Formats: sequence, structure tokens, C-alpha cells
Amino acid sequence: MSGLIFLIPLALLLGAIWLVAFLWSLRAGQYDDLDGAAWRILDEDQDRTKG
Amino acid sequence: MTCCPAPVASDNEPPRLEAEEAKRWLSYAGPGLSRIELIVPGVNCAACIRNIETAMQAIAGVVSARVNLTARRVTVTWRDGEVEPQTFIERLAGLGYPARPFDPRESGFLQDDREGRALLRALAVAGFAASNVMLLSVSVWSGAEAATRDLFHWLSALIALPAVIYAGRPFFTSAMAALRHGRVNMDVPISLGVLLTSLMSLYETINGERHAFFDAAVTLLFFLLVGRYLDHLMRARARGAISRLMTLTPAAATRVEADGTHRRIQATALRAGMMMAVAVGERFAADGKIVQGASDVDRSIMTGESAPEAVARGNPVQAGMLNLTGPLLVTVTATGNDTFLADLIRLMAATEQNQSAYVRIADRLARFYSPAVHVLAASTLAGWLMLGQSWHDALMAAIAVLIITCPCALGLAVPAVQIVASGMLFRRGIMIKSGAALEKLAEVDTVVFDKTGTLTLGAPEMRELPRAPATILSLAHGLARESRHPLSKALSAGLHKLGIGATALDRVAEHPGQGLEGEWKGEALRLGSRAWCGVPARDHDDGRLEIALCRQSDSPVFFHFEDRLRPQARATVAELRVQGLAVELLSGDREVAVRRVARETGIETYHAGLSPQAKLDRVEELRKMGRKVLMVGDGINDAPALAAGYASMAPATASDIGRTAANIVFMGESLDAVTFARVIARKARSIAQQNFVVAIFYNLLAVPIAMTGLVTPLVAAVAMSSSSLVVIANALRLGMSFSEPKPVDASAPLITMPRLDTPQGRAA
Repeated sequence: MSGLIFLIPLALLLGAIWLVAFLWSLRAGQYDDLDGAAWRILDEDQDRTKG
Repeated sequence: MTCCPAPVASDNEPPRLEAEEAKRWLSYAGPGLSRIELIVPGVNCAACIRNIETAMQAIAGVVSARVNLTARRVTVTWRDGEVEPQTFIERLAGLGYPARPFDPRESGFLQDDREGRALLRALAVAGFAASNVMLLSVSVWSGAEAATRDLFHWLSALIALPAVIYAGRPFFTSAMAALRHGRVNMDVPISLGVLLTSLMSLYETINGERHAFFDAAVTLLFFLLVGRYLDHLMRARARGAISRLMTLTPAAATRVEADGTHRRIQATALRAGMMMAVAVGERFAADGKIVQGASDVDRSIMTGESAPEAVARGNPVQAGMLNLTGPLLVTVTATGNDTFLADLIRLMAATEQNQSAYVRIADRLARFYSPAVHVLAASTLAGWLMLGQSWHDALMAAIAVLIITCPCALGLAVPAVQIVASGMLFRRGIMIKSGAALEKLAEVDTVVFDKTGTLTLGAPEMRELPRAPATILSLAHGLARESRHPLSKALSAGLHKLGIGATALDRVAEHPGQGLEGEWKGEALRLGSRAWCGVPARDHDDGRLEIALCRQSDSPVFFHFEDRLRPQARATVAELRVQGLAVELLSGDREVAVRRVARETGIETYHAGLSPQAKLDRVEELRKMGRKVLMVGDGINDAPALAAGYASMAPATASDIGRTAANIVFMGESLDAVTFARVIARKARSIAQQNFVVAIFYNLLAVPIAMTGLVTPLVAAVAMSSSSLVVIANALRLGMSFSEPKPVDASAPLITMPRLDTPQGRAA
């Protein structure tokens, strides 16, 4: 029972971190070009695309 | 996926960005920085990303360049004053990627994007809430008691209530809008169910009761948002693909000042009475009258007429026509709102207003479903009260009925099927603009085709070789290759294909509107119309186009051309008729040419020489007869009829306005896209109907349990999730029931340049 006192907030915190991370990545445009991202990972010349 | 496109054979000039005009495409990207977005339809692989980004960043002044492969766009940021955006377009064209500027504000893109993100955020919040509340609920179901249970309920309330308020907004606003118009859609029972569930659960939590349904409310929202987002994705994808076909309309014109100087001005700045110069390969920016010069004009996209028309001093020309062979000087007689084109657009707008709003299948069901549910809930309440139960218990039972009937599965029934169907169509190069279009396509019983560009490919082609010595043929080739007239191009392409070389002639001259002239070993040769060659006119016109080659010493040789039918045109018409649909052909072309195509495709009912208004009238007439018409057309002259059709399809090569008017656009040459789309649409409809049956059957089982007050949160969760999953699984069956059609290489058709704005697109 006493374990719940920190386990529940911990569970909620983890969920909240996920939610914030998702909203941030959405805002940062990481979902704008899913097809391109799949190809870019194969590209060795990383410095080129700072844009 | 095939890699980079073969560079587009480009006799298309890259669009010019005049400095004035360029401003509207630019956006601010920080102090001293500007940004432009370019649509590049040819980008389709990793190598393209690399090529383009490297090349763009090599340009002095460019700060960053990034390719978006999904949207096929390139975003370039540069330092002001160091480089002009025109450079980017030219560099891209040099790499083999035709590009044009893109304004995200155009055609509702920004709104689409915003809506998509809002849905995704709501989905994320609902997902977060659903998983956490479910975690707590499972603990309650597995036996948490007393204080622990109350704590868990409070925690659930803390998570669920804000989540419902935030993630439920798309449904609440839609429901409110429907109610305000005195209608009922599926969102009304959804909103009511979710809100009542949350409120009741809160009440129960405050009173420390056993059952709270927070998990039901949030998982319901989560599932429904998935459906809503899929629906959005389908529309956004089609819209994006179609926008890539859009091209710059002729926004500029060359004005001739009183002192004879030429100046490029915006087409909107043209006024009646001004003089404009129209170069070969340019479209007329306004209606006018020719004052100097002679040429041939291609008006097929306006009228459906396949033969170019010779024009000379004094002839009227209309905005949108293409000048083929000679430079012209034109006085402007009408601009902007007074042109033929503007008339058509007005006609379209009027037609769209006349169309009664189509009610989607799900909303049609909602008309019966919502009242039924509310009556059931009310009678539950009344029943419990009559049996002498307390108000509290009676209300609980009534609300349980609303929860259990909340149309989770119904909300998914249609979007799940339509996203699968539109995905299948998309892979075949068929883009559906909305779910409603798919539903309507399944119901059509009459198909009306346009001729030029729809049943046919819209460009003349030489079918058979006249009997003549090879030297004569190669002389014809030598003359024909000097001209941009569509028939000359078709002749030279046809001869080239047969391996007949071209003999060079001396002193070749083109006489616009008439033909070509040249000399070979001192003998004069002419290529052109019968009149040009001095041959009497044909006494029997069989609808084919012809040009003649004549020499002084010999009888003339005639070359015949036909606008070739699209592949599968005949089979498609036959298939539609087998399926019991009426097929008609409406064309603006000459009777002989139309009769010929009607005979070749097996269409019995045809009308020739129709104006855009007459086409529209015919479609309206069919509609008044109770027919549901699928209009298939491409030209500017088809646009009003496309807008009037119950459903409408246009090939990707159609005019911008035609593609905008149609609610389905197909890539590639083959006409069997029409039958394929219809088969999928019908299959999708029947699976959606099965889904409704499943959802309603589930209600038939669950409602009695709810009315007797036996629904616990566990029962509600299991019932809802399982019915949703069944519906989704059934939707996926659509993909399996068809052997996957060989995908049309999605990249290839995307780079075929549409006709309206590539000056030579038609003739090429």
C-alpha cells in the first residue's frame, strides 16, 4: 500500500514525460517528413542538412 | 521504389519569377533572411534529397535547404540580396527537377495542416489519459477497496476530466454546429455520451460509490480520434498529391506601350484597349482581337475541339488559348471578370450552390440512431422509476444505456474502411478528395465522358504511313521538325519512331496558319493544309486530321492523324455497360470526330458541338431524371459539368480548373481507373454496411444489459473495445479481398506536366 504513494506519481510522471516529448517532437516538425526521414538515416554525409 | 526520375525532357521553360511577383511567395526567416517553399514533383528518393540539398547549398547566399520528401517540397533560406529565388528554380530545372513556388496559404493548406496537428495533439492527450486511467481502473477491477478505490477514482478524475475537455473538442464543436443547423450527426450522441459518462463518474466518485466510468470515456475518445485522424489523413494526402499537379497560371503578359516598347506586366493589370504581344507557345492572358500577325491556336482545352485553328488579323481570341506557330499582337477586349474563363467559373460557382448538401452514410444512420438511443435511455429511466427504484439508481441505469450505446464502433465503421480503400486507390494513382466522394462514387448509375483528353489522350498521333517513297517521307520529316504545330510534331515523332530519318532542306519557312515551305535540290516543297498545297478540299470528312506534302513534280502525299484513345477506353466502356450503367459522350468537338470516337469505344449516346453550358445542361437534365451521374472530363469546358455531377473524375493531365472541380483525380493513361475506382468504392460501401450491422448487433446485445442496470465499468470497457476491434479488423478485409493491383509507379505520373501551364504540354 505504501509503495503506491510513490509508484503512482512515478507512473503518471513517466506518462507525462512521454506526452510532453511527443508534443515537443510534433511542434519541432519531426513528423513533417516521415518518408524523408526513412531515407536520410542511410545518408552518411550528415553535416549537409543543418536546415 | 525506383530512384531518381529520368530528367524530364524539358522543352518547358522553368516558370519565371518576376521580382514583383516573387514577393508573395517569400516569408520572413529571421533578420536579413528570407525563405521560399518550392514544389518539386520529381523528388522521390534518397539520392534526390542529396542532389538537391547539395546543389542548393552550393549557391552563394543560401543558408539552408531542406527537402521534404513526403510533401515533395524544398524549403530554401537565404540571406537577402545575395541571391534571387529565380536562381533556385533554374538550378533545380538544370538538375532535371521542374519546380514552382508554393504558398502554404493557398488552397487551405495551412488550415489542413493546423487541423491535422490539432487532431494529433488531441489524440496524444487521449492516448495518455486512456493508458493511465486504464492502469488505475484495472487495479480497481482486480479488487481495490474502500480508500484505495476512492483514491484511484479521484486520480482517474484528475486525469480524465481535463483530457475529455481537451481531446473531445473536435466532437463537441461538430455536434454544436449540427445542432445549431437543426440537424443531428454522429457527433451528437458521441458528445452526449462522453460528457454524461464523465459527469456521472465524477458524481459517483464524490459520493465514494463503487463504479466510475472514466476509462470508458477516455478510451472512447481515443478510438474515435483515431478514426477522425485517419479521415483527415486521407483528405490531406489526396489534397497534397493534387496540389503538386497544380501549376502557375499565366500570371504575366507582355504589354506593348504606345511607343512600341515591350514590358512584362501582371495579367491582372491588363485593361481593355491595351495592346499585348503573345509569343509562340504562350497562352493568351485575356480575351482580345488580333491586330497583327497570323498563327494557329490550340483551343482544345477550352472547347474540346481537337484541330488547331488558323487565326489571322481581325479574329477574336480567348484567354487560356495557346498560341502555336506565330507571334501575335492583340488588342485586349476583356479582362479578369469579363473573360470567357471567368464566365465558366461563375457558372461553376452557381452549380455548386444548387447542389443539395450530401449527407454522409454515417450521418444518415445517425438520424435514426440518435433518437432511438435517447428514447431507450428515457424509457429506462421511466421504467426504473415505475418499478419504484430511487432517482439515483434510475438515472444510473439510463446513463449506462447512453454509455453503452455511445457509437464508438459506428464512429470507426466508415473512416476505417475508407482509409483502407483510399490507400488502395492511391497506390493505383487514384486520388479521392473526400470520403463523401468515395461514397457517392459507389452510387452512380450513369457515366458521362468527355472526348478530347478524357476518352482520348488529347494529342494527335500518326496511325498509318501513306504509300510513298522513303525519300519523300524523309523530306516530310525534314520539314515537319522545323515547326511547333502539333500536327508537325506528331508527324516528325511518328516518322522518327518508324526509323525514317530527316533530310535537311534549304530555305525552310513557316507560314503561320498555313504551313511550311522549303527547297530541296532546287525544287520547292510545301507541307500543310490542302489549301496551302493548292489541293481541292476533301468531299468526305472522316473526322481525322490531315496534312499534305506536295511537290511541283508529283501528286501530293497525305498524312492522317488521330487523337488516340486512352488504353482500355473500349474495355472500360464495355465493363461499365455490363455493370448496368448508362454511358454517354458529350463533346465540344465536331460531329464527325465525336461519332468516330463513339463508334470506337462502343458508346451509343453521344452529343457533339456542345458548349460548356450545354454540357452542364445535359448533366442537370440527367440529374432531374433521377440519375446519379459520374462526370469524367478534363478541359476547362468540362469544369461546370464536373461540378454538377453527382461524382466527378478528371485525369491528372486535366486543366487546373478541371482538376479542382473534380472530386477524384487519376494518374496514368489508362481509363480503367474509372472501373477500378468504382469497384473499390462499392466494396468499401458494402464493408462499411457490414460494420454498421456489427455495431448495431453489439448494441442489441448490450442495451438490455444496460437497461437492467448490470453494466459495470469492466463490461463497458470490454464491450466497447471489442466492438471497435471487430470493426477495424473487418475494414482491413477490404485490402485482402483484392489481390494487390500492380502499383502504378507513383513517381512517374507525378512528373507528367499538366497541360494548362506548360506551353507545349499539349503538343509535346
